[in-house]
Amino acid sequence: MNQEELLYAETHEWVHVESGVATIGITAFAAEQLTDLVYMELPEVGRQLNVGEEFGEVESVKAVSPLYSPVAGEVIEANTELPGKLDLLGSDAFGSGWMIKVRISGEPDASKLLSHEAYQKQCAEGN
Amino acid sequence: MTDNIASTPLTSWHRAAGATMSPFAGFDMPIHYGSIVAEHHACRNAATLFDVSHMGRIRFDGDRSAELLDRLLTRRVSDLAPGGIRYSLMCNEEGGILDDVLVYHIEKPSGGRFHMLVVNASNRQKIIEWLTPRMADYPDVICTDRTELTSMIALQGPLAMATVEGLFKHPADKLGYYHSYVTEQFNKPVIVSRTGYTGEDGLELITRADEAGRIWENLMLAGRKHGIQAAGLGCRDTLRLEAAMPLYGHELSESIDPISAGLGFACNFKDRTFIGSEALVKIKADQPQSVRVGIRVEGVRPAREGCQILDANDQNIGAITSGTVSPTLQYPIAMGYVAAEHSQIGSPLTIDIRGKRAAANVVPLPFYKRNR
Repeated sequence: MNQEELLYAETHEWVHVESGVATIGITAFAAEQLTDLVYMELPEVGRQLNVGEEFGEVESVKAVSPLYSPVAGEVIEANTELPGKLDLLGSDAFGSGWMIKVRISGEPDASKLLSHEAYQKQCAEGN
Repeated sequence: MTDNIASTPLTSWHRAAGATMSPFAGFDMPIHYGSIVAEHHACRNAATLFDVSHMGRIRFDGDRSAELLDRLLTRRVSDLAPGGIRYSLMCNEEGGILDDVLVYHIEKPSGGRFHMLVVNASNRQKIIEWLTPRMADYPDVICTDRTELTSMIALQGPLAMATVEGLFKHPADKLGYYHSYVTEQFNKPVIVSRTGYTGEDGLELITRADEAGRIWENLMLAGRKHGIQAAGLGCRDTLRLEAAMPLYGHELSESIDPISAGLGFACNFKDRTFIGSEALVKIKADQPQSVRVGIRVEGVRPAREGCQILDANDQNIGAITSGTVSPTLQYPIAMGYVAAEHSQIGSPLTIDIRGKRAAANVVPLPFYKRNR
């Protein structure tokens, strides 16, 4: 994925939309902040998600972090290999570290999401 | 406790080293310098340096300080020889735990002696307030909060003792477990004790605040060939959990008594009374309803503090107080309180991890024990 073309949630999820399907993951910045990942949970295929709804969680040695959906729609695929290869979240967050694919109607609400530039700014400010 | 976040004498070092910092008990403390797990392994296999300056250090001067502490602590202090250190508890009248503390009997090189309590950072203010009215009958005992005038550094790991070789005026290698002495580095006094909170061999050092930076740097330099790493509060938590050491605010609180917490060994009732002793004698005789246990959770998902513990009939029988994936053992471990009838080793448990059930078993504590 070209990171500059992605949209970002303030909660560190990224989203890429193509042909009505949104691919969602978390950013390398988020994975680095979490450090020492030990577990993650993804939703089942078929589940309906609303914008901002918790779709899973990722856990470090220290804490649990919920994952929030930046879009609304139906989960059509989950990256079931990922929970067994958590290091991909750090090493290939925007590629093989993707988490779920969601079929959406229309485009994501860009006014609620951040551009690459705006997201970079948020990270630089330490959020 | 003020709203302002206090720095330790080492805060600027942590920031310069790139630590992830977080407020803890009013202090700006390092959580990790990159990886909790890497720091955890460094402590188990080599040596690590922790800034624990946030821990409260309260000094008692005066001939009757042992007598006062005998009244306040669950273990006798008056028979603690100079150089001795004792783990003890401070309870309220009902037997609830106000804090778990280390009491030191320190002998200065000049020959003078005093006692010192090392208390939990989050309890320091509470303990000082608790002490004040109870010291009225001991006007000759002078109590001073030395926390901000001093710094405390923990050097922990199998190579801790090798690290300090030649560093102090008097070598530390003969120091017994739970003993301390006062030595010097660069003509400045350092209290050195063979204690820690990680399950490893090691030392804890108390220095003047303005000497902390220099001694920290020296330890980092001396430990370089042993693979020393600075370590934060993150791995301190995983280390102490593997070693099954209770943590105040998690395994211990004012609504938990020492008997339920499995700390009966730290309550000495013979020929003495202390604040809370009457209540505790009764709890001991009646046997506690719920007790602290070690739990191994099956699978890979850790149970966290607050997760409910259920029996085979889905009835609530307790709750998790601390849990993580053990970096040493590579599987989820936890401590928690369960109804006494479910506390035997091997008892099957079910943990409700945020809506999903995980199978678990009561296992012996500690989870990890070093080879001595």
